[in-house]
Amino acid sequence: MTLRLISKLASPSALRRCALASSKSQAFGTASLLQRSAIRNAVSGPGGNIYTARSLHTTAIAHHGHVHKPNPGEELHVTFITKEGEQIQLEVAEGDNLLDIAQAHNMDMEGACGGSCACSTCHVIVDPDYYDKMEEPDDDENDMLDLAFGLTETSRLGCQIKMTKELDGVRVALPAMTRNLQARDFQ
Amino acid sequence: MVPLKLAIVGSGPAGFYTASRLLEKVPNAVVDMYEALPVPFGLSRFGVAPDHPEVKNCQDKFVQVAEAPHFRFVGNVCIGRDLTLKSLKDNYNSVVFAYGSSQDRLLNVPGEELPGVFSAREFVGWYNGVPELRALNPPLQDAEDVVIVGNGNVALDVARILLADPTRLKSTDIGEHAYDVLRKSKVKNVRIVGRRGLLQSAFTNKEIRELINEPGTMMKPLADVYINHYKPFVPFLERPIKRLVQIVEKARTNSNDQIAKANQGQGSLPSKQWSLEYLLSPQRFYASSSNPNILSSTLFEVNTLLQKDIKSPSVCRGTGETKSFKTELAFRSIGYKSLPLPGSAELGIPFDEQSGRIPNELGRIAGVPGFYVSGWVKNGPTGVIAKTMWDAFEVAETVLEDLYSHKLDTSSKPGYEGVLPEIKSQPVSWTDWLKIDQEETSRGAAQGKPRAKFTSVNDMLSVL
Ligand SMILES: Cc1cc2nc3c(=O)[nH]c(=O)nc-3n(C[C@H](O)[C@H](O)[C@H](O)COP(=O)(O)OP(=O)(O)OC[C@H]3O[C@@H](n4cnc5c(N)ncnc54)[C@H](O)[C@@H]3O)c2cc1C
Ligand SMILES: NC(=O)c1ccc[n+]([C@@H]2O[C@H](COP(=O)([O-])OP(=O)(O)OC[C@H]3O[C@@H](n4cnc5c(N)ncnc54)[C@H](OP(=O)(O)O)[C@@H]3O)[C@@H](O)[C@H]2O)c1
Repeated sequence: MTLRLISKLASPSALRRCALASSKSQAFGTASLLQRSAIRNAVSGPGGNIYTARSLHTTAIAHHGHVHKPNPGEELHVTFITKEGEQIQLEVAEGDNLLDIAQAHNMDMEGACGGSCACSTCHVIVDPDYYDKMEEPDDDENDMLDLAFGLTETSRLGCQIKMTKELDGVRVALPAMTRNLQARDFQ
Repeated sequence: MVPLKLAIVGSGPAGFYTASRLLEKVPNAVVDMYEALPVPFGLSRFGVAPDHPEVKNCQDKFVQVAEAPHFRFVGNVCIGRDLTLKSLKDNYNSVVFAYGSSQDRLLNVPGEELPGVFSAREFVGWYNGVPELRALNPPLQDAEDVVIVGNGNVALDVARILLADPTRLKSTDIGEHAYDVLRKSKVKNVRIVGRRGLLQSAFTNKEIRELINEPGTMMKPLADVYINHYKPFVPFLERPIKRLVQIVEKARTNSNDQIAKANQGQGSLPSKQWSLEYLLSPQRFYASSSNPNILSSTLFEVNTLLQKDIKSPSVCRGTGETKSFKTELAFRSIGYKSLPLPGSAELGIPFDEQSGRIPNELGRIAGVPGFYVSGWVKNGPTGVIAKTMWDAFEVAETVLEDLYSHKLDTSSKPGYEGVLPEIKSQPVSWTDWLKIDQEETSRGAAQGKPRAKFTSVNDMLSVL
């Protein structure tokens, strides 16, 4: 629950764009550098990084146990754009993969095959600026991407993207696959 | 808050993923999952190939769901046999059908009923230890040439199990009974036959690459006639199918190289070979005159494809020309089929015999409030687990939509306590399943396998 709170803080409604579906321009094309730094500012805030409330994260992480706590000073950053269009920036450790990271932070990403590159449920759409910094997907990953819904030119499987220094700041969007109805929408 | 009592029929991926979303989003949901067998997970246990253990990792999620406080597994209770559908209707706020597809489609050609013609569903169930199929014992020791009709991923599973060196399968959870038969197999030539062309192949890229790379086997070079058929379309193809063409063409080049070398005396060709055949529809299976258990040949009609343009679906038409393959065993792999549950017509639940599924709108069964359908019985027998999952989430959203818009009866219902006196079998709880699971895994460990499955219901129940 605390994480959701952070996400609200971190995503001023002006930036809450409907997180995409199919084309890379829809996903990222319009997110200018300016907007991106706005996201960072919103996240960091003038009074320092709201993520200094790190205990919140560690609780969530300890619960799942798949990811590592970054060493102080070596934190890498990843921003998930949720299906609802919220932007969630996280501090993560080098070497952890995006599926484990998303699940450790209770984000809505499935990993039906447990991260063994045998399904396409952890499909993410990567910011084109970062896509090119990644190693090419191998044959196994391509085979699974071929089955992903709403495949884009910058689609990847979250379980296959390991955080590196080059990827610091990467943004990925979770494709909206299903409705997500809430009781309040019917009142 | 009055609990909302939901019954799910079937414990395969569709049942579990629907349950997971409902439990996550409805705070007062109580989910009871009814399963015909004492063991859960449907085709994840009984369909997914033994050499694909990573696919079964979805079961980790299902275990999490099963351990949720308001979830109950009721195994060994077949709805329509051990408990009536009416009883579920009377005791629950809502019922979700997720009972999959337990039969198979037929070709309806002469000779299909011969002992040498097997359905892929039976063969898969046999090697995966489905209790009622354990005694199938296909006469693999009498067969060299095999024809598989249909070219979906099930056809490729069947081909791979037939062609693989059995010692590779020994350390999987394949049934010992099946391993013993596979070890004596003489099968050395498998033809996977599609009625349309290469571009209409139903298999997916990972699975065809896997078969191409199966050690000790060789894919026979794709025949020119099939290539000529698709060549003009290649520039217009989308990424997945373009990759498929590349994969098959690369395999063709490799095999041609291998053959050329063998012809020059360098190395020999693998004894087990297989091929992709296209544009052929089976017309008749012929029995062997010397051995009643096997066939002698399969007669096909050669097809041509009719297609308005590259975007519209292609259909095949017979040309009148025929072709015959030597065949000792044939496997029909043209899809599974769902059946209506006994008692469903009385409750007004429709069933489309043609497509073999329950008609629905996003999972809602029209005209029968409170009834929903998910998974293969909703969509027909296609879709990998990922597809079944997304779809199950969508069905759960439909239930939520009806709940939030007051279309569900939310009055207090007895649920499990109400149906219990009417259950005619011995229900198996989740704790019971964990005992069976533990017994299977420890027996497996002793044999160097992840699990040694029980292959009879009595054996499963004897652990409890
Ligand atoms: C041979 C084969 C291999 C496959 N391999 C893969 C793979 O490698 N990767 C992949 O992603 N997908 C694979 N699939 C697809 C995957 O299995 C399906 O997407 C998925 O299992 C469908 O889920 P379901 O819950 O609708 O049906 P099922 O999995 O069939 O579950 C239905 C359940 O309902 C139970 N049931 C039936 N009737 C009753 C009744 N009257 N009362 C109570 N319970 C009942 C059944 O016993 C069963 O447990 C494979 C499919 C097959 C056939
Ligand atoms: N490893 C895996 O991921 C894996 C493994 C097994 C199964 N699965 C999934 O499970 C689902 C079911 O697989 P499946 O192989 O049973 O079904 P499928 O993919 O639907 O393939 C059925 C095949 O049968 C053919 N066919 C149907 N009716 C026919 C007829 N009357 N005569 C001749 N051919 C006929 C179809 O040809 P047409 O196209 O011409 O109709 C098609 O080639 C699929 O979604 C599959 O991907 C996945």
